[in-house]
Amino acid sequence: MIRSFRALLVRDLKLAARVGGSGMMGLIFFLAIVTLIPFALGPDLNLLSRIGPAILWIAALLATLIGLDRLFQADQEDGSLDLLRLAPIPLEVAVLAKVAAHWLVTGLPLALAAPFLGLLVALSPDAMLAMVATLLVGTPALTFIGAVGAALTASLRRGGLILAILVLPFMIPTLIFGVSAANAAVGGTVPFMTPFLILAALSLFAAVVGIVGAAAALRSGE
Amino acid sequence: MKAGVVGLRLDVEDLACNRGERRIFSGVSFSLAAGGALIVTGRNGAGKSTLLDLLAGRLHPAGGRIALSGAGDRTLPECLHYVGHRDALKSALTARENLDFARNFLGDPVLKAQEALEVVGLAHAAGLPVAYLSAGQRRRIALARLLVANRPLWLLDEPTSALDTASQATLLRLMEEHRDRGGLVIATTHAPLALRDAKEVRIERARTVLAEDAP
Repeated sequence: MIRSFRALLVRDLKLAARVGGSGMMGLIFFLAIVTLIPFALGPDLNLLSRIGPAILWIAALLATLIGLDRLFQADQEDGSLDLLRLAPIPLEVAVLAKVAAHWLVTGLPLALAAPFLGLLVALSPDAMLAMVATLLVGTPALTFIGAVGAALTASLRRGGLILAILVLPFMIPTLIFGVSAANAAVGGTVPFMTPFLILAALSLFAAVVGIVGAAAALRSGE
Repeated sequence: MKAGVVGLRLDVEDLACNRGERRIFSGVSFSLAAGGALIVTGRNGAGKSTLLDLLAGRLHPAGGRIALSGAGDRTLPECLHYVGHRDALKSALTARENLDFARNFLGDPVLKAQEALEVVGLAHAAGLPVAYLSAGQRRRIALARLLVANRPLWLLDEPTSALDTASQATLLRLMEEHRDRGGLVIATTHAPLALRDAKEVRIERARTVLAEDAP
């Protein structure tokens, strides 16, 4: 079981690193949004640092959506999905391996890049630290929720737009608590841990629902 | 090479399949014991591939029964290899990486990736990304997957398509060797396959001739 899980995880990490992989795309998109916003808003540092966490979270959410549509679609198109069904592991575990690999190459880099991009929106050091923490804890929820949509649209050509419409509403709670935790770290009346723990709970909840839901969608996809 | 699961037996009774509201076929029955081979024939679109999809667990039968015995606690999908029209290869990975993945992922490893590639005559292409290879070479790599993990039942959908005559002979030899070890082979085909003592089932739309011994 561990062996099959690891084989799939390593394969998807290798694929992401090769030409045409989705590894860098989300990160560059994230960078593009965060770079553009100060140009649009003008050099008001107070305004930027006030809305900075919200900008970073919206950018991270949109960057997560990019590339999600290929999560299962690529395997569906070349027949690899049929191979995944023959494994000695349940489809849920195969889904977990694929989603984990996807998060490692899209979600994790976003969280690690947040402090550098925080400079562009004049975040204080505390706020940068809070951004890294909230993105680390919150982006898995986005990926798991997105996996259900990716599985549902796996056999659709150009399913990317439908995927976004399907999963965006379910990502809103994560966005709300992610931004409020990041804001709470730099002031306000709510202590940091309250929204942060809810964010962590959302990720754990999304992990269970996402894995079971995505596997069910793949099973009934034919 | 290790022997397959000893005494594996597959019994299919009165199998029927619907896609949407449409009945594809019904009344398909056959049984295969260890070392057996079944050739599935029929017109284009008659449902040959659909029958393999049912056996591989991708589709659910609308009626009838698929019974597997002698496999211990393994389910039918865990006992089989499936090589279909789509080769299930990642074109960004090399031939060796594709086979290494299949070997580790499917479990019960037998040949190493390099050895399996030598058997299908592609040892020189082991380090090339699959995207650079021709359709016939890709098909041979997909068939090499049969050799890297031990699975007693081989489901082959038009296995000879895109293969040259030498590779077809190799494939035939591999199938016979697999049967000698007690394995089972189910293949769909248009061109006649010279498998010895193979049963044949012909699928026709909504009416199916039962399995009989091929001449």
